[in-house]
Amino acid sequence: MSIIVDAGGLSCPQPVLMTLDKIKEIQKGEILIKVDTDTSKENVSRAAQSQGWEIADVQEDEGGYQLTIKKN
Amino acid sequence: MAQLKNIFATRWGIIGVGAFIGTIAALLQKLGNPGNMGICVACFERDIAGAIGIHRAAVVQYMRPEIIGFVLGSLVAAYIFKEFRPRTGSAPIVRFVLGVFAMIGSLVFLGCPWRALLRFAAGDGNAIFALLGLISGIWIGTLFLKGGYNLGRVQKTYTSAGWLLPLTMLGFLLLMLIFPHIEGQGKSGILFYSLKGPGAMHAPLIISLAVGLAIGFAAQRSRFCTMGAFRDLILFRQTHLFLGLLMVVIFAFITNLIVGQFHPGFARQPVAHTMQIWNFGGMVLSGLAFALAGGCPGRQLFLAGEGDGDAAIFVFGMIVGAGFAHNFGLASSPNGVGPHGIAAVVIGLIVCLFIGFTMRKRVN
Repeated sequence: MSIIVDAGGLSCPQPVLMTLDKIKEIQKGEILIKVDTDTSKENVSRAAQSQGWEIADVQEDEGGYQLTIKKN
Repeated sequence: MAQLKNIFATRWGIIGVGAFIGTIAALLQKLGNPGNMGICVACFERDIAGAIGIHRAAVVQYMRPEIIGFVLGSLVAAYIFKEFRPRTGSAPIVRFVLGVFAMIGSLVFLGCPWRALLRFAAGDGNAIFALLGLISGIWIGTLFLKGGYNLGRVQKTYTSAGWLLPLTMLGFLLLMLIFPHIEGQGKSGILFYSLKGPGAMHAPLIISLAVGLAIGFAAQRSRFCTMGAFRDLILFRQTHLFLGLLMVVIFAFITNLIVGQFHPGFARQPVAHTMQIWNFGGMVLSGLAFALAGGCPGRQLFLAGEGDGDAAIFVFGMIVGAGFAHNFGLASSPNGVGPHGIAAVVIGLIVCLFIGFTMRKRVN
């Protein structure tokens, strides 16, 4: 079960800050991040990759996107 | 479409968009826009405020088609790439107030971040102080962001709500076509026009509009933002948006050199003053307001084009702020700051600090 970061409805840099906080906290594992704009999706992906995390999955739903990022 | 979708958001995408904006902005000046003001979002919104009589500063009245194009170009891009998401409700009143003070700060310096870059690229040394101010203001903003500052979540809203600013811009365009400038006349129908000064200097309407649309489209796709460029650099050491900003400077500089618009110095620069403390201070205020609102004035227009109602309110705040700035003697002129400009910057900083300190909440 991945840890959930709900950044839906928040504009940047909030989703990125929240993701980086979580990355710092758990160091490795799987995080599911909810965002609602393409900009946030791109920014979160870019930030996660810069920390050595990989984008495992991106799902689009009515409210936006659910990104799953992973680090083993 | 999915493949095409990310081109602008790549490293080369943002570099290309920055190069395009820098080049085209310098060329717009060549085509008639005011000195070192090929594009200035704050100045152009101020001119729009003058055109519809929100202020009556006779030298800055013109319905700038670039601004209209920015919003509509972004709207078109958002629809083509299915990114139009009507949304609002993230502390709109705060965004309005931030827009007002962002404009006031910009008019104390005489330019938005875009113009600060263009002035710098044309050799105007006063812009160095403004850029330092901008960076300082954004830096203060990042401290608030790190401390938990945020304006809360947006909510989905009606598609028509997302259309309100684009429709307003379409209305402005229609007004301009119905009431075109009549040679030697300061008024045409309900629109005001400048007979001299920056407001009387402009590229042909069709070119300004086409350039605005192209930039609006490209900037929506690439998320170009001058505030975000510094913010991400300071907060995350991320250079993505900064590359775009750098390209604006480099390409505007090269274009200025080629067309003979590079004039290094401090004194007698076009639409500029040399009171450096206030070039710096005005932009500290603007930079902080942009950081707290999540985007530079250009970015707010592009966000409004993709349905962000809160960004639209920031835009209206800036237009109303231009009214305050000129009606109450807050705006600077080439002679220096206005009679109440310094007081306005101080009050604006206090208001921004109040917002930054009191609006923090852990959201998760």
